[in-house]
Amino acid sequence: MEPASIQCSPYPFLAENDLWQATEDVLESIAIGAGILGTGGGGNPYIGQLRAKQAIRQWGPVTVLSPDELPEDARVVCVGGIGAPTVGIEKVRDLQSYHALRAIEDFTGEKATALISNEIGGSNSVEPLIPAAMTGLPVVDADGMGRAFPEFQMKTFFVYGVPWCPMAIADEKGNSVVIRETIDPRWAERLARSLTVQMGCVACYAVAPMSAAQVRDTAVPLTLSLARQLGDAVKQAGSQGKEPLAAILDTCPGKVLFGGKVVDLERRTTAGFARGTLTIEGLESYAGERMTIEFQNENLIARRDGAIVCTVPDLICAVATDLGEPVTTELMRYGLRVTILGFPAPELWTTPEGLAVAGPGAFGYETDYTPLVL
Amino acid sequence: MDGGVLVAAVKLPTTADVTSGIIASLAELLKHLPGHGQVDAVMVGTTHFTNALLERRNLAPTAIIRLALPATQLLPPLVDWPGELRQSIGGQARMVRGGHEFDGREISSLDRDAIRDTVRDLRQQGVRAVALSGVFSPVNSSHELEAAAIVLDEAPEIRVCLSHENGRMGLLERENAATLNACLGEMATRTLRSIEEALASLGIAAPLYLSQNDGTLMDAEFAGRFPVLTISSGPTNSMRGAAWLSGVTDGIVVDVGGTSTDVGALINGFPREAAVAVQLAGVRTNFRMPDMVSIPLGGGTIVEPESMRIGPESVGYRLPEEGLVFGGGSLTATDLAVADGRAEVGDPRYVESLDRSFVAVAMSEIQRRVETAVDRVKLRHEDVPVVLVGGGSVLLENELSGASQVLRPDHAGVANAIGAAIAQVGGQVERVYALEQTGREQAIQDCSSAAAERAIAAGADPGTIEIVEVDEVPLAYVPSSATLVRVKAVGNLATRS
Repeated sequence: MEPASIQCSPYPFLAENDLWQATEDVLESIAIGAGILGTGGGGNPYIGQLRAKQAIRQWGPVTVLSPDELPEDARVVCVGGIGAPTVGIEKVRDLQSYHALRAIEDFTGEKATALISNEIGGSNSVEPLIPAAMTGLPVVDADGMGRAFPEFQMKTFFVYGVPWCPMAIADEKGNSVVIRETIDPRWAERLARSLTVQMGCVACYAVAPMSAAQVRDTAVPLTLSLARQLGDAVKQAGSQGKEPLAAILDTCPGKVLFGGKVVDLERRTTAGFARGTLTIEGLESYAGERMTIEFQNENLIARRDGAIVCTVPDLICAVATDLGEPVTTELMRYGLRVTILGFPAPELWTTPEGLAVAGPGAFGYETDYTPLVL
Repeated sequence: MDGGVLVAAVKLPTTADVTSGIIASLAELLKHLPGHGQVDAVMVGTTHFTNALLERRNLAPTAIIRLALPATQLLPPLVDWPGELRQSIGGQARMVRGGHEFDGREISSLDRDAIRDTVRDLRQQGVRAVALSGVFSPVNSSHELEAAAIVLDEAPEIRVCLSHENGRMGLLERENAATLNACLGEMATRTLRSIEEALASLGIAAPLYLSQNDGTLMDAEFAGRFPVLTISSGPTNSMRGAAWLSGVTDGIVVDVGGTSTDVGALINGFPREAAVAVQLAGVRTNFRMPDMVSIPLGGGTIVEPESMRIGPESVGYRLPEEGLVFGGGSLTATDLAVADGRAEVGDPRYVESLDRSFVAVAMSEIQRRVETAVDRVKLRHEDVPVVLVGGGSVLLENELSGASQVLRPDHAGVANAIGAAIAQVGGQVERVYALEQTGREQAIQDCSSAAAERAIAAGADPGTIEIVEVDEVPLAYVPSSATLVRVKAVGNLATRS
C-alpha cells in the first residue's frame, strides 16, 4: 500500500490509507525518517528498528490507526524508552515497555485498547510496536512530540491537559515502579530519571490511559506516516540516483541550514543526558564559515558564525551529505560530511504554553524563539 | 618502491591459495631489482579474507557467547546477519548471565557454570572459535577476560576473540566484528604463516606488513588476530594507489576487477569515508571504511546471451582459463570487450562468431552500470576527473558520462600494490581521563602524543605524523565526567637513511 502524496504544513494530512500494517519491510523506512525527525537524539534508530522487526517476526504485524479512526471509548497508553542513547547502543533495550504497560494496567485496573508513541524521533517512534506486536493491540499514527525531546514532561499531551500520572517505569531485570502522583510533569521526569539511572539507564515507561478525544486534541497527528514517507524518500533517492536532500525537503518542507565537515564534538554526559557542542566547518557554498550546534541529546540551537539561525522547538537535523541518512549525536565524529536541515515545529509547540515547555528557555537559553522562515 | 619512486612492478594472477601467487610475484620482482635483496619491508594488500567471507569458505565453526542476561534478550547475537553466512559459521549464538552497567556495576554476576556448560556443548558440536561479548566491556573487560579463561580451561584448542579488543561502543557492531575475526582467524593465521615461510625461502628477511582498511599497516602477528581489519584494504589501496599514479587528489576512482567494480571518491588523496555504519558481507560493524559503491561487474563476469543477463556470477581469477578468448568455455565481459575491439587479450578468433549487435548492446549496458555507480558516489552533479584502474578497466570506453576527463595512469594494473606500498603506519591509543582533573584539551593532547609515539615506534617517520581520528566516549553519568579518549595517528613508513 503506497502512501498518498502529502502536503506538509507543518505535518502532512493523509486523506486516505489511514490504516496500514506496520510490517517488517516498512520498518526500515520508519527508522530512517524517525532518525531525521530525531534531531540528533532519540536513541539509535537502527537498534529500534531491529527490535521492532524482531518483535513483528516473533509475534506478527501491527495495525496502525489514524487518530480519527480511534473508537470513542478507546483507552490509549503512551509508552516510551527513557535513558541515555550512549548506553542504549550498548545495553540494547529489551521488553521493558511491555513490562511497563502491564504495570500501569495492573495499577489502574484499566486495559489498554491502543498504544501511542511518546516521540516520533529516533527509536522511541517504534517502541509501542514491540508491546503492540506482543499483545495484538493497534498503534495510533501520532505521537506526543512530532520530533524528539530529552525530557518526559516535554509532550504535547501534558501541555494540553492530559494527566501524566500515574505512570509506570520498568527495567529489563524484572523491576517495575509506579509513580502514583507528582505535583507537576517535571517532578515525574525527575523521579523517573533517578529510577532510570539506578535501573542502568535503559528503562521504559507507560502512562495511564488517555481517551480518544484527548489523543485527537493533543497528539501531533500522522507522524508515523511522515517518518515512513521520509524514509521512503531517502531510500528511493538512493536507488534512483536522485538527490536525497531534495527528496527529503520535497516530503517535508524545510530548509538547508548549513553543509560541511564535522571538526569538533565536545560531549559531556551529565545527569543522564549527553550534552555538548558540535562544530562543523563549512564546505562548498559554506566554505570559510562555521556552524556550532548545542545539543542535550537533541540538537537545540544552531549558530552560523555565531548568529543563531534555528532554535528549539524547530527541528535541527543532521544528515549525511551524500546519502541523506540521519546522523545521530552518538554517531557524530570528526571528518563526517553532514548537511544540517531545519524544519518548522508542529503548531502545538509554537503557542505560549508549548514554548514554555519546549522553547529555548526550557533548556536554559536566554534567546527567544524566532520561527524558522522557509 | 624506493622513497617516492616505483622501481619495479610485476603482476601475476591471484592463486587459489594466495601464497603461491605472492611468492611467484616476489621471485619475479627480485629479478628486476637492482642490488638484489635490498628489501626493507614487504607490504601485502589482500582481499583473501574478504573473499573468504563473501564466498563463505574456510570459515571456522564459530560460536558467540554474550555476557548480558537478563538484558538484551530480544536481539540475540547474529540477529542481523544474513542467513547463509550465519549458517556457514554454524550460527551458534548463546547468552549467559553477566555484563556490566554503564557505571561499572554488574548487570548480573558472571555465570561461570553456564559458560563451562556452554563450552562443553559447543566443543561437542565441533566449534573451533568463540567470540565473547560482554555488555559494556570497553568500560569493564573483566567478565570477558574471566570468561575467556574459562573457555580456554575447558577447551584450550579453541580460538577466543574478545569484543573489547574489536572496536568500541555499540554491542551488536562490536560483537559482529569479534565474530568475524573469530571465524576468519584460523585461516588468516595459516595463510600468514605460509607467506612468512615463503619469504624466508626467498631469502627476504624484511618484516611483513598487511594493509588495513584505513590505509595503514599492521604486522603479521596482529593481522592474524584481527584479519577483519584487512577486509576493505583492497579498495583503500587501489584508491590510494590510483591517486598516487594519476596525480588526481580529488575525483572518482573506478577499480574494475575480475568479479566486481568498486567506485569511490578521492578527497585529498584519501578515500572518502562512509558516514554511516558499513557492512561487511552483509554484517554491520563500526569500522571506518571507505565509502564505496560496489557492483558485481568485472572482467570475469559471466554473460548469458539468451537472457542478456550480465552477472553477478563471475569466473573470477579463472578468467585466463575459462574465458572464450583464452580457449575456455565461458562467455565473459572480457570476451565481449575483445569482440568489440576495445580490448586486446587472448585470441580474438574465438569470439568472431558473436553477434555484433548483441555485443554492442551488452557493452553499452556494462558502460551504463559503471556510469550509474559513478553518479552514486558523487556529492554533486558537476563532472569530475575519473581514474580507471584494475585489470577489468579494458571493459570501459574513454568517454564516461559524468567525467570531466578519464585517466588511465601507467601501471594502473598495480595501483592496488602501490597503495599498499605507500601505506602509512598507524598508532592508536585509548585512555580514560577524568576531565575535571585533566581538562579536555589536555586529555586529547596527552592521548595524541601517546598515539604519535606509538606510530613512531611502529616505524613511522616522526616528521610526517598526523592525527587523523579523535573520539571521546563519556563513561559515567552522575556526577563524574570520566571519558574514554581514543586517538589515532598516522605517518609514513620511515625510509632507510
